[in-house]
Amino acid sequence: MWDYLKLVLLGAAAVFMLYLASQSRDLAYTVAALIGLLSAVVAFIYGLRGMGHAKVPKTGYLDGPVRAGVILTAFWAVVGFLVGVWIAFELAFPQLNFAWAEGYLNFGRLRPLHTSAVIFAFGGTGLVTTSFYVVQRTSGARLWNDSLAWFVFWGYQITILLAATGYVLGATQSKEYAEFEWYTDWWLTIVWVGYLLLYMGTLMKRKEPHIYVANWFYLSFIVTIAMLHVVNNLSIPVSLFGSKSVQVFSGVQDAMTQWWYGHNAVGFFLTAGFLGMMYYFVPKQAERPVFSYKLSIIHFWALIFLYIWAGPHHLHYTALPDWAGTLGMVMSVILWMPSWGGMINGLMTLSGAWDKLRTDPIIRMMVVSVGFYGMSTFEGPMMSIKAVNSLSHYTDWTIGHVHSGALGWNGMITFGALYFLFPRLWNKTGLYSTRLVSWHFWLATIGIIFYAASMWVTGIMEGLMWREVDAQGFLVNSFADTVAAKFPMYVVRGTGGILYLAGALIMSYNLWMTVKKAPLARDASAAAPAE
Amino acid sequence: MEGQDTYTVFRAFADSWVLLAMFLFFIGVVVWAFRPGSRKIHEDTANIPFRYDDKPAGDRD
Repeated sequence: MWDYLKLVLLGAAAVFMLYLASQSRDLAYTVAALIGLLSAVVAFIYGLRGMGHAKVPKTGYLDGPVRAGVILTAFWAVVGFLVGVWIAFELAFPQLNFAWAEGYLNFGRLRPLHTSAVIFAFGGTGLVTTSFYVVQRTSGARLWNDSLAWFVFWGYQITILLAATGYVLGATQSKEYAEFEWYTDWWLTIVWVGYLLLYMGTLMKRKEPHIYVANWFYLSFIVTIAMLHVVNNLSIPVSLFGSKSVQVFSGVQDAMTQWWYGHNAVGFFLTAGFLGMMYYFVPKQAERPVFSYKLSIIHFWALIFLYIWAGPHHLHYTALPDWAGTLGMVMSVILWMPSWGGMINGLMTLSGAWDKLRTDPIIRMMVVSVGFYGMSTFEGPMMSIKAVNSLSHYTDWTIGHVHSGALGWNGMITFGALYFLFPRLWNKTGLYSTRLVSWHFWLATIGIIFYAASMWVTGIMEGLMWREVDAQGFLVNSFADTVAAKFPMYVVRGTGGILYLAGALIMSYNLWMTVKKAPLARDASAAAPAE
Repeated sequence: MEGQDTYTVFRAFADSWVLLAMFLFFIGVVVWAFRPGSRKIHEDTANIPFRYDDKPAGDRD
Protein backbone atom coordinates (compact mmCIF):
# COMPACT_ATOMS: atom_id res chain seq x y z
CA MET A 1 0.00 0.00 0.00
CA TRP A 2 2.76 2.36 1.03
CA ASP A 3 4.60 1.60 -2.23
CA TYR A 4 1.61 2.78 -4.27
CA LEU A 5 1.16 5.86 -2.11
CA LYS A 6 4.84 6.65 -2.54
CA LEU A 7 4.51 6.54 -6.33
CA VAL A 8 1.45 8.80 -6.21
CA LEU A 9 3.29 11.29 -4.00
CA LEU A 10 6.37 11.28 -6.23
CA GLY A 11 4.21 11.78 -9.32
CA ALA A 12 2.42 14.67 -7.65
CA ALA A 13 5.78 16.16 -6.62
CA ALA A 14 6.99 15.94 -10.24
CA VAL A 15 3.89 17.73 -11.53
CA PHE A 16 4.22 20.37 -8.81
CA MET A 17 7.88 20.97 -9.73
CA LEU A 18 6.89 21.35 -13.37
CA TYR A 19 4.29 23.92 -12.32
CA LEU A 20 6.90 25.82 -10.27
CA ALA A 21 9.29 25.81 -13.22
CA SER A 22 6.55 27.20 -15.49
CA GLN A 23 5.80 30.04 -13.05
CA SER A 24 9.43 30.81 -12.23
CA ARG A 25 10.63 34.42 -12.21
CA ASP A 26 14.37 33.84 -12.46
CA LEU A 27 16.80 31.35 -13.92
CA ALA A 28 18.17 30.04 -10.60
CA TYR A 29 14.66 29.17 -9.49
CA THR A 30 13.84 27.48 -12.80
CA VAL A 31 16.95 25.34 -12.54
CA ALA A 32 16.09 24.48 -8.92
CA ALA A 33 12.57 23.42 -9.95
CA LEU A 34 13.99 21.30 -12.78
CA ILE A 35 16.41 19.64 -10.33
CA GLY A 36 13.39 18.89 -8.15
CA LEU A 37 11.49 17.54 -11.16
CA LEU A 38 14.40 15.33 -12.22
CA SER A 39 14.85 13.99 -8.67
CA ALA A 40 11.15 13.15 -8.37
CA VAL A 41 11.12 11.42 -11.77
CA VAL A 42 14.24 9.38 -11.00
CA ALA A 43 12.80 8.35 -7.62
CA PHE A 44 9.50 7.48 -9.32
CA ILE A 45 11.15 5.26 -11.94
CA TYR A 46 13.30 3.62 -9.30
CA GLY A 47 10.23 2.97 -7.14
CA LEU A 48 8.24 1.65 -10.12
CA ARG A 49 10.96 -0.80 -11.12
CA GLY A 50 11.09 -2.10 -7.55
CA MET A 51 7.33 -2.82 -7.51
CA GLY A 52 6.18 -6.40 -7.24
CA HIS A 53 9.59 -7.74 -6.21
CA ALA A 54 9.63 -9.89 -3.12
CA LYS A 55 10.91 -7.95 -0.14
CA VAL A 56 14.52 -8.73 0.68
CA PRO A 57 14.81 -9.52 4.39
CA LYS A 58 16.48 -6.63 6.15
CA THR A 59 19.41 -8.22 7.91
CA GLY A 60 22.92 -6.99 8.41
CA TYR A 61 23.94 -3.37 8.25
CA LEU A 62 22.54 -0.95 5.71
CA ASP A 63 25.77 -0.07 3.93
CA GLY A 64 24.36 0.98 0.56
CA PRO A 65 24.18 4.69 1.46
CA VAL A 66 27.63 4.42 3.05
CA ARG A 67 29.11 3.00 -0.15
CA ALA A 68 27.49 5.71 -2.26
CA GLY A 69 28.57 8.24 0.34
CA VAL A 70 32.27 7.43 0.40
CA ILE A 71 32.39 7.67 -3.40
CA LEU A 72 30.62 11.02 -3.39
CA THR A 73 32.81 12.30 -0.55
CA ALA A 74 35.91 11.65 -2.65
CA PHE A 75 34.20 13.21 -5.68
CA TRP A 76 33.18 16.38 -3.84
CA ALA A 77 36.67 16.63 -2.37
CA VAL A 78 38.17 16.85 -5.85
CA VAL A 79 35.49 19.30 -7.05
CA GLY A 80 35.82 21.54 -3.99
CA PHE A 81 39.64 21.60 -4.08
CA LEU A 82 39.65 22.23 -7.83
CA VAL A 83 37.39 25.27 -7.49
CA GLY A 84 39.56 26.40 -4.58
CA VAL A 85 42.75 26.19 -6.63
CA TRP A 86 41.05 28.03 -9.48
CA ILE A 87 39.87 30.95 -7.36
CA ALA A 88 43.25 31.11 -5.60
CA PHE A 89 44.79 31.75 -9.00
CA GLU A 90 42.00 34.16 -9.91
CA LEU A 91 43.18 36.25 -6.95
CA ALA A 92 46.80 36.05 -8.08
CA PHE A 93 46.01 36.60 -11.76
CA PRO A 94 42.76 38.60 -12.09
CA GLN A 95 42.84 38.00 -15.87
CA LEU A 96 41.44 34.56 -15.08
CA ASN A 97 38.11 36.26 -14.38
CA PHE A 98 37.29 35.88 -18.08
CA ALA A 99 35.04 38.51 -19.59
CA TRP A 100 32.87 35.90 -21.31
CA ALA A 101 32.17 34.18 -17.99
CA GLU A 102 31.45 37.37 -16.10
CA GLY A 103 28.41 36.98 -13.89
CA TYR A 104 28.82 33.20 -13.72
CA LEU A 105 32.39 32.11 -13.09
CA ASN A 106 34.04 35.20 -11.65
CA PHE A 107 35.53 35.15 -8.15
CA GLY A 108 32.40 36.46 -6.48
CA ARG A 109 30.29 33.60 -7.85
CA LEU A 110 32.87 30.86 -7.39
CA ARG A 111 33.94 31.74 -3.86
CA PRO A 112 30.72 30.54 -2.18
CA LEU A 113 30.74 27.60 -4.58
CA HIS A 114 34.19 26.66 -3.23
CA THR A 115 33.35 27.12 0.46
CA SER A 116 30.07 25.24 0.19
CA ALA A 117 31.62 22.51 -1.95
CA VAL A 118 34.31 21.77 0.61
CA ILE A 119 32.28 22.36 3.80
CA PHE A 120 28.83 21.08 2.91
CA ALA A 121 29.48 18.79 -0.07
CA PHE A 122 32.83 17.20 0.90
CA GLY A 123 32.62 17.62 4.68
CA GLY A 124 28.86 17.20 4.96
CA THR A 125 28.67 14.10 2.78
CA GLY A 126 31.61 12.71 4.75
CA LEU A 127 29.79 13.39 8.01
CA VAL A 128 26.46 11.91 6.91
CA THR A 129 28.21 8.86 5.47
CA THR A 130 30.52 8.14 8.40
CA SER A 131 27.73 8.80 10.89
CA PHE A 132 25.63 6.11 9.16
CA TYR A 133 28.55 3.70 9.42
CA VAL A 134 29.55 4.57 12.97
CA VAL A 135 26.07 4.63 14.52
CA GLN A 136 25.39 1.13 13.20
CA ARG A 137 28.70 -0.34 14.37
CA THR A 138 28.59 1.26 17.79
CA SER A 139 24.93 0.41 18.37
CA GLY A 140 25.12 -3.12 17.02
CA ALA A 141 21.96 -2.30 15.09
CA ARG A 142 20.87 -1.68 11.51
CA LEU A 143 19.79 1.85 10.63
CA TRP A 144 16.31 2.53 11.92
CA ASN A 145 14.61 2.79 8.54
CA ASP A 146 16.02 1.94 5.12
CA SER A 147 13.87 4.30 3.04
CA LEU A 148 14.47 7.18 5.41
CA ALA A 149 18.24 6.57 5.25
CA TRP A 150 18.18 6.74 1.45
CA PHE A 151 15.95 9.80 1.55
CA VAL A 152 18.32 11.61 3.92
CA PHE A 153 21.31 10.64 1.83
CA TRP A 154 19.97 11.69 -1.58
CA GLY A 155 18.02 14.59 -0.11
CA TYR A 156 21.30 16.02 1.16
CA GLN A 157 22.88 15.61 -2.28
CA ILE A 158 19.93 17.48 -3.82
CA THR A 159 20.58 20.31 -1.34
CA ILE A 160 24.14 20.49 -2.63
CA LEU A 161 22.97 20.70 -6.24
CA LEU A 162 20.39 23.38 -5.44
CA ALA A 163 23.01 25.43 -3.57
CA ALA A 164 25.70 25.05 -6.22
CA THR A 165 23.52 25.95 -9.20
CA GLY A 166 22.08 28.84 -7.19
CA TYR A 167 25.51 30.38 -6.55
CA VAL A 168 26.58 30.27 -10.17
CA LEU A 169 23.25 31.77 -11.28
CA GLY A 170 23.27 34.44 -8.61
CA ALA A 171 20.75 33.20 -6.03
CA THR A 172 22.35 34.11 -2.72
CA GLN A 173 21.23 35.68 0.53
CA SER A 174 24.77 36.97 1.16
CA LYS A 175 25.24 35.25 4.52
CA GLU A 176 28.66 33.65 4.71
CA TYR A 177 28.43 29.82 4.79
CA ALA A 178 24.63 30.17 4.64
CA GLU A 179 24.39 31.64 1.18
CA PHE A 180 21.73 29.40 -0.26
CA GLU A 181 18.30 30.89 -0.69
CA TRP A 182 15.03 30.14 1.09
CA TYR A 183 13.86 27.15 -0.98
CA THR A 184 17.14 25.31 -0.39
CA ASP A 185 16.88 26.24 3.30
CA TRP A 186 13.39 24.73 3.51
CA TRP A 187 14.43 21.58 1.71
CA LEU A 188 17.49 21.13 3.93
CA THR A 189 15.29 21.55 7.01
CA ILE A 190 13.07 18.65 5.88
CA VAL A 191 16.09 16.46 5.14
CA TRP A 192 17.69 17.37 8.45
CA VAL A 193 14.61 16.47 10.49
CA GLY A 194 14.69 13.09 8.73
CA TYR A 195 18.37 12.77 9.63
CA LEU A 196 17.66 13.47 13.30
CA LEU A 197 14.80 10.93 13.39
CA LEU A 198 16.95 8.31 11.67
CA TYR A 199 19.84 8.83 14.05
CA MET A 200 17.69 8.84 17.19
CA GLY A 201 15.74 5.83 15.95
CA THR A 202 18.94 3.86 15.40
CA LEU A 203 20.32 4.84 18.80
CA MET A 204 17.10 3.68 20.43
CA LYS A 205 17.55 0.28 18.78
CA ARG A 206 21.08 -0.08 20.15
CA LYS A 207 22.18 -3.30 21.80
CA GLU A 208 24.62 -1.61 24.19
CA PRO A 209 23.51 0.03 27.43
CA HIS A 210 25.72 3.04 26.70
CA ILE A 211 25.86 5.38 23.76
CA TYR A 212 29.44 5.46 22.49
CA VAL A 213 31.01 8.93 22.64
CA ALA A 214 31.33 9.29 18.84
CA ASN A 215 27.52 9.24 18.66
CA TRP A 216 27.29 12.03 21.21
CA PHE A 217 29.38 14.23 18.97
CA TYR A 218 27.47 13.27 15.83
CA LEU A 219 24.17 13.88 17.60
CA SER A 220 25.23 17.29 18.90
CA PHE A 221 26.24 18.13 15.33
CA ILE A 222 22.81 17.15 14.01
CA VAL A 223 20.81 18.91 16.75
CA THR A 224 22.83 22.12 16.81
CA ILE A 225 22.98 22.50 13.03
CA ALA A 226 19.18 22.17 12.94
CA MET A 227 18.83 25.01 15.44
CA LEU A 228 21.46 27.26 13.83
CA HIS A 229 20.14 26.68 10.34
CA VAL A 230 16.54 27.54 11.19
CA VAL A 231 17.31 30.69 13.20
CA ASN A 232 19.90 32.12 10.83
CA ASN A 233 17.71 31.55 7.79
CA LEU A 234 14.57 33.28 9.04
CA SER A 235 13.62 35.05 5.84
CA ILE A 236 10.52 35.86 3.86
CA PRO A 237 10.47 34.97 0.17
CA VAL A 238 9.61 37.89 -2.08
CA SER A 239 7.63 35.49 -4.21
CA LEU A 240 6.96 31.76 -3.91
CA PHE A 241 8.04 31.52 -7.56
CA GLY A 242 11.35 33.33 -7.25
CA SER A 243 14.64 32.82 -5.50
CA LYS A 244 14.89 36.18 -3.72
CA SER A 245 14.07 36.50 -0.03
CA VAL A 246 14.35 39.18 2.64
CA GLN A 247 15.93 38.59 6.03
CA VAL A 248 13.78 39.03 9.12
CA PHE A 249 16.64 40.39 11.24
CA SER A 250 18.51 43.48 10.20
CA GLY A 251 21.53 45.52 11.26
CA VAL A 252 23.64 44.39 14.17
CA GLN A 253 21.08 41.77 15.23
CA ASP A 254 21.43 40.17 11.83
CA ALA A 255 25.21 40.33 12.06
CA MET A 256 25.21 38.74 15.49
CA THR A 257 22.79 36.00 14.39
CA GLN A 258 24.95 35.37 11.33
CA TRP A 259 28.14 34.91 13.35
CA TRP A 260 26.40 33.00 16.08
CA TYR A 261 25.52 30.69 13.19
CA GLY A 262 28.86 31.04 11.43
CA HIS A 263 31.07 30.25 14.34
CA ASN A 264 28.93 27.36 15.50
CA ALA A 265 28.92 26.00 12.00
CA VAL A 266 32.67 25.77 12.59
CA GLY A 267 32.06 24.47 16.11
CA PHE A 268 29.40 21.87 15.46
CA PHE A 269 29.76 21.04 11.77
CA LEU A 270 33.52 21.18 11.34
CA THR A 271 34.46 20.32 14.92
CA ALA A 272 31.86 18.25 16.78
CA GLY A 273 30.92 16.21 13.73
CA PHE A 274 34.52 15.47 12.82
CA LEU A 275 35.33 14.69 16.45
CA GLY A 276 32.70 11.97 16.10
CA MET A 277 34.86 10.64 13.27
CA MET A 278 38.01 10.96 15.37
CA TYR A 279 36.56 9.08 18.33
CA TYR A 280 35.64 6.14 16.12
CA PHE A 281 38.24 5.91 13.36
CA VAL A 282 41.38 6.72 15.35
CA PRO A 283 40.75 3.92 17.91
CA LYS A 284 39.78 1.55 15.08
CA GLN A 285 42.84 2.26 12.98
CA ALA A 286 45.14 2.14 16.04
CA GLU A 287 43.35 -1.02 17.20
CA ARG A 288 43.08 0.20 20.75
CA PRO A 289 40.36 1.99 22.68
CA VAL A 290 40.40 5.73 23.17
CA PHE A 291 43.04 6.94 25.67
CA SER A 292 40.60 8.17 28.32
CA TYR A 293 36.87 7.74 28.12
CA LYS A 294 36.38 10.13 31.04
CA LEU A 295 38.30 12.82 29.18
CA SER A 296 36.10 12.28 26.14
CA ILE A 297 32.98 12.91 28.26
CA ILE A 298 34.46 16.10 29.70
CA HIS A 299 35.70 17.11 26.23
CA PHE A 300 32.17 16.73 24.92
CA TRP A 301 30.34 18.71 27.59
CA ALA A 302 32.94 21.46 27.80
CA LEU A 303 32.81 21.90 24.04
CA ILE A 304 29.01 22.02 24.08
CA PHE A 305 28.88 24.59 26.85
CA LEU A 306 31.58 26.88 25.48
CA TYR A 307 31.39 26.89 21.69
CA ILE A 308 27.97 28.49 21.49
CA TRP A 309 29.31 31.71 23.09
CA ALA A 310 32.30 32.30 20.85
CA GLY A 311 30.55 33.86 17.81
CA PRO A 312 30.90 37.57 18.75
CA HIS A 313 34.68 37.42 18.21
CA HIS A 314 33.89 37.72 14.50
CA LEU A 315 32.49 41.20 15.17
CA HIS A 316 35.18 42.99 17.19
CA TYR A 317 35.25 46.77 16.65
CA THR A 318 31.86 46.86 14.94
CA ALA A 319 28.41 48.07 16.00
CA LEU A 320 28.19 45.06 18.31
CA PRO A 321 28.23 46.15 21.99
CA ASP A 322 31.68 45.92 23.53
CA TRP A 323 30.58 43.57 26.32
CA ALA A 324 29.33 41.04 23.75
CA GLY A 325 32.69 41.10 21.97
CA THR A 326 34.53 40.67 25.26
CA LEU A 327 32.27 37.76 26.20
CA GLY A 328 32.97 36.08 22.88
CA MET A 329 36.70 36.64 23.29
CA VAL A 330 36.83 35.23 26.83
CA MET A 331 34.76 32.18 25.88
CA SER A 332 36.99 31.60 22.85
CA VAL A 333 40.09 31.60 25.02
CA ILE A 334 38.53 29.21 27.54
CA LEU A 335 37.56 26.97 24.64
CA TRP A 336 41.22 26.31 24.08
CA MET A 337 41.20 23.94 27.09
CA PRO A 338 38.60 21.37 25.99
CA SER A 339 39.97 21.51 22.44
CA TRP A 340 43.41 20.52 23.63
CA GLY A 341 41.88 17.95 25.96
CA GLY A 342 40.34 16.37 22.89
CA MET A 343 43.56 16.59 20.93
CA ILE A 344 45.52 14.93 23.73
CA ASN A 345 42.87 12.23 23.95
CA GLY A 346 43.16 11.53 20.23
CA LEU A 347 46.95 11.53 20.17
CA MET A 348 47.42 9.50 23.35
CA THR A 349 45.15 6.80 21.94
CA LEU A 350 48.34 5.82 20.13
CA SER A 351 50.37 5.46 23.34
CA GLY A 352 51.99 2.06 23.25
CA ALA A 353 51.47 1.86 19.49
CA TRP A 354 53.60 4.76 18.28
CA ASP A 355 55.49 2.38 15.99
CA LYS A 356 52.38 2.33 13.77
CA LEU A 357 53.32 5.86 12.75
CA ARG A 358 56.23 4.43 10.81
CA THR A 359 54.38 1.61 9.13
CA ASP A 360 50.84 2.89 8.67
CA PRO A 361 50.40 6.06 6.59
CA ILE A 362 46.68 6.12 7.43
CA ILE A 363 47.37 6.51 11.14
CA ARG A 364 49.97 9.12 10.23
CA MET A 365 47.28 11.02 8.39
CA MET A 366 44.95 10.83 11.38
CA VAL A 367 47.66 11.95 13.80
CA VAL A 368 48.56 14.94 11.64
CA SER A 369 44.86 15.72 11.45
CA VAL A 370 44.49 15.73 15.23
CA GLY A 371 47.69 17.80 15.40
CA PHE A 372 46.14 20.39 13.10
CA TYR A 373 43.00 20.33 15.23
CA GLY A 374 45.19 21.30 18.19
CA MET A 375 47.07 23.91 16.20
CA SER A 376 44.04 25.66 14.76
CA THR A 377 42.21 25.57 18.09
CA PHE A 378 45.20 27.37 19.57
CA GLU A 379 45.43 29.86 16.73
CA GLY A 380 41.70 30.61 16.82
CA PRO A 381 41.48 31.69 20.47
CA MET A 382 44.62 33.76 19.99
CA MET A 383 43.11 35.54 17.00
CA SER A 384 39.90 36.19 18.95
CA ILE A 385 41.80 38.37 21.44
CA LYS A 386 40.90 41.94 20.56
CA ALA A 387 44.48 43.23 20.33
CA VAL A 388 45.46 40.42 17.96
CA ASN A 389 42.19 40.70 16.08
CA SER A 390 42.77 44.38 15.33
CA LEU A 391 45.77 43.25 13.31
CA SER A 392 44.48 39.98 11.89
CA HIS A 393 40.89 40.76 11.03
CA TYR A 394 40.00 41.29 7.36
CA THR A 395 43.45 40.01 6.40
CA ASP A 396 44.56 36.74 4.81
CA TRP A 397 45.63 35.48 8.20
CA THR A 398 41.99 34.54 8.77
CA ILE A 399 41.95 32.61 5.49
CA GLY A 400 45.14 30.81 6.52
CA HIS A 401 43.62 29.92 9.90
CA VAL A 402 40.46 28.53 8.32
CA HIS A 403 42.48 26.41 5.91
CA SER A 404 44.81 24.95 8.50
CA GLY A 405 41.65 23.78 10.23
CA ALA A 406 39.80 22.72 7.10
CA LEU A 407 42.64 21.17 5.08
CA GLY A 408 44.61 19.93 8.08
CA TRP A 409 41.98 18.78 10.52
CA ASN A 410 38.78 18.14 8.53
CA GLY A 411 40.43 17.06 5.30
CA MET A 412 43.01 14.70 6.78
CA ILE A 413 40.63 12.95 9.20
CA THR A 414 38.15 12.43 6.35
CA PHE A 415 40.86 11.02 4.09
CA GLY A 416 41.83 8.69 6.93
CA ALA A 417 38.21 7.59 7.30
CA LEU A 418 37.90 7.00 3.53
CA TYR A 419 41.06 4.87 3.48
CA PHE A 420 39.64 2.95 6.43
CA LEU A 421 36.19 2.46 4.91
CA PHE A 422 36.83 1.51 1.27
CA PRO A 423 38.44 -1.90 1.87
CA ARG A 424 35.81 -2.78 4.47
CA LEU A 425 32.82 -1.68 2.43
CA TRP A 426 33.93 -3.64 -0.63
CA ASN A 427 35.20 -6.56 1.43
CA LYS A 428 38.85 -6.25 0.40
CA THR A 429 41.94 -7.39 2.26
CA GLY A 430 43.37 -3.91 2.15
CA LEU A 431 44.05 -0.86 0.05
CA TYR A 432 45.40 -1.12 -3.50
CA SER A 433 48.58 0.74 -2.58
CA THR A 434 49.99 1.97 0.72
CA ARG A 435 52.75 3.79 -1.12
CA LEU A 436 50.18 6.00 -2.78
CA VAL A 437 48.73 6.81 0.65
CA SER A 438 52.19 7.99 1.64
CA TRP A 439 52.34 10.14 -1.49
CA HIS A 440 48.96 11.60 -0.65
CA PHE A 441 50.05 12.24 2.92
CA TRP A 442 53.17 14.17 1.98
CA LEU A 443 51.58 16.13 -0.87
CA ALA A 444 48.72 17.18 1.40
CA THR A 445 50.95 18.04 4.36
CA ILE A 446 53.39 20.09 2.30
CA GLY A 447 50.48 21.72 0.51
CA ILE A 448 48.98 22.85 3.82
CA ILE A 449 52.32 24.22 4.98
CA PHE A 450 52.66 26.26 1.77
CA TYR A 451 49.12 27.48 2.26
CA ALA A 452 49.26 28.37 5.96
CA ALA A 453 52.76 29.88 5.88
CA SER A 454 52.05 32.13 2.88
CA MET A 455 48.81 33.32 4.45
CA TRP A 456 50.52 34.14 7.74
CA VAL A 457 53.10 36.22 5.93
CA THR A 458 50.68 38.03 3.68
CA GLY A 459 48.09 38.44 6.44
CA ILE A 460 50.43 40.04 8.93
CA MET A 461 52.05 42.07 6.17
CA GLU A 462 48.80 43.58 4.96
CA GLY A 463 47.61 44.14 8.54
CA LEU A 464 50.78 46.12 9.24
CA MET A 465 50.56 47.98 5.93
CA TRP A 466 46.98 49.06 6.62
CA ARG A 467 47.85 50.59 9.96
CA GLU A 468 51.16 52.21 8.93
CA VAL A 469 51.10 56.01 9.29
CA ASP A 470 53.76 58.58 8.53
CA ALA A 471 55.09 61.31 10.82
CA GLN A 472 52.10 63.52 9.98
CA GLY A 473 49.65 60.77 10.84
CA PHE A 474 48.63 60.02 7.24
CA LEU A 475 48.17 56.44 6.07
CA VAL A 476 51.20 55.33 4.07
CA ASN A 477 49.72 52.58 1.92
CA SER A 478 46.66 52.48 -0.28
CA PHE A 479 44.64 49.29 -0.49
CA ALA A 480 46.01 48.62 -3.96
CA ASP A 481 49.56 48.74 -2.55
CA THR A 482 48.76 45.80 -0.27
CA VAL A 483 47.21 43.87 -3.16
CA ALA A 484 50.38 44.33 -5.22
CA ALA A 485 52.60 43.33 -2.30
CA LYS A 486 50.65 40.12 -1.75
CA PHE A 487 51.18 38.73 -5.24
CA PRO A 488 54.10 36.35 -4.54
CA MET A 489 52.31 34.91 -1.52
CA TYR A 490 49.17 34.34 -3.57
CA VAL A 491 51.18 32.28 -6.03
CA VAL A 492 52.67 30.24 -3.17
CA ARG A 493 49.19 29.69 -1.77
CA GLY A 494 47.88 28.52 -5.13
CA THR A 495 50.83 26.14 -5.42
CA GLY A 496 50.00 24.67 -2.01
CA GLY A 497 46.46 24.17 -3.28
CA ILE A 498 47.73 22.31 -6.34
CA LEU A 499 49.73 19.96 -4.11
CA TYR A 500 46.70 19.32 -1.91
CA LEU A 501 44.49 18.72 -4.96
CA ALA A 502 47.09 16.36 -6.44
CA GLY A 503 47.00 14.38 -3.20
CA ALA A 504 43.21 14.09 -3.42
CA LEU A 505 43.47 12.89 -7.04
CA ILE A 506 45.99 10.24 -6.01
CA MET A 507 43.61 9.19 -3.25
CA SER A 508 40.71 8.90 -5.71
CA TYR A 509 42.81 6.74 -8.02
CA ASN A 510 43.95 4.57 -5.12
CA LEU A 511 40.40 4.09 -3.84
CA TRP A 512 39.12 3.33 -7.33
CA MET A 513 41.81 0.70 -7.83
CA THR A 514 41.04 -0.71 -4.37
CA VAL A 515 37.50 -1.45 -5.50
CA LYS A 516 38.62 -2.73 -8.93
CA LYS A 517 41.82 -4.62 -8.21
CA ALA A 518 42.48 -5.33 -4.53
CA PRO A 519 41.98 -9.01 -3.56
CA LEU A 520 38.77 -10.01 -1.79
CA ALA A 521 38.85 -10.77 1.89
CA ARG A 522 38.24 -14.44 2.67
CA ASP A 523 35.06 -14.54 4.73
CA ALA A 524 32.93 -13.04 2.00
CA SER A 525 29.69 -14.31 3.52
CA ALA A 526 30.09 -12.41 6.77
CA ALA A 527 30.42 -9.01 5.17
CA ALA A 528 28.24 -9.60 2.12
CA PRO A 529 26.20 -6.51 1.39
CA ALA A 530 22.64 -6.88 2.58
CA GLU A 531 20.56 -4.23 0.91
CA MET B 1 8.43 46.18 36.60
CA GLU B 2 7.59 49.42 34.86
CA GLY B 3 10.23 50.64 32.46
CA GLN B 4 12.05 47.33 32.21
CA ASP B 5 11.69 45.79 28.80
CA THR B 6 11.62 42.05 28.19
CA TYR B 7 15.19 42.08 26.97
CA THR B 8 16.53 43.49 30.22
CA VAL B 9 14.54 41.03 32.32
CA PHE B 10 15.71 38.08 30.22
CA ARG B 11 19.27 39.30 30.21
CA ALA B 12 19.36 39.65 34.01
CA PHE B 13 17.88 36.18 34.44
CA ALA B 14 20.25 34.67 31.88
CA ASP B 15 23.46 36.01 33.37
CA SER B 16 22.54 35.09 36.93
CA TRP B 17 20.40 32.01 37.53
CA VAL B 18 20.79 30.39 34.14
CA LEU B 19 24.54 30.86 34.23
CA LEU B 20 24.63 29.29 37.69
CA ALA B 21 22.42 26.39 36.59
CA MET B 22 24.58 25.64 33.55
CA PHE B 23 27.76 25.85 35.59
CA LEU B 24 26.35 23.46 38.19
CA PHE B 25 25.23 21.06 35.45
CA PHE B 26 28.73 21.06 34.00
CA ILE B 27 30.34 20.45 37.39
CA GLY B 28 27.79 17.69 37.89
CA VAL B 29 28.84 16.04 34.64
CA VAL B 30 32.51 16.10 35.66
CA VAL B 31 31.74 14.67 39.11
CA TRP B 32 29.51 12.03 37.50
CA ALA B 33 32.29 11.02 35.10
CA PHE B 34 34.61 10.43 38.06
CA ARG B 35 32.05 8.69 40.28
CA PRO B 36 33.23 5.52 42.03
CA GLY B 37 32.82 2.45 39.88
CA SER B 38 32.84 4.39 36.62
CA ARG B 39 36.20 2.99 35.54
CA LYS B 40 34.82 -0.44 34.73
CA ILE B 41 31.82 0.97 32.85
CA HIS B 42 34.02 3.34 30.86
CA GLU B 43 36.44 0.57 29.96
CA ASP B 44 33.54 -1.46 28.66
CA THR B 45 32.06 1.48 26.74
CA ALA B 46 35.38 2.44 25.22
CA ASN B 47 35.58 -1.02 23.66
CA ILE B 48 32.22 -0.84 21.86
CA PRO B 49 33.82 -0.06 18.46
CA PHE B 50 35.54 -3.45 18.51
CA ARG B 51 32.38 -5.54 18.92
CA TYR B 52 30.00 -5.40 15.99
CA ASP B 53 32.19 -4.95 12.93
CA ASP B 54 30.46 -7.35 10.58
CA LYS B 55 26.86 -7.60 11.61
CA PRO B 56 24.34 -6.28 14.12
CA ALA B 57 24.10 -7.88 17.53
CA GLY B 58 20.80 -9.67 16.80
CA ASP B 59 21.79 -11.32 13.48
CA ARG B 60 22.47 -15.04 13.67
CA ASP B 61 22.52 -15.99 10.01
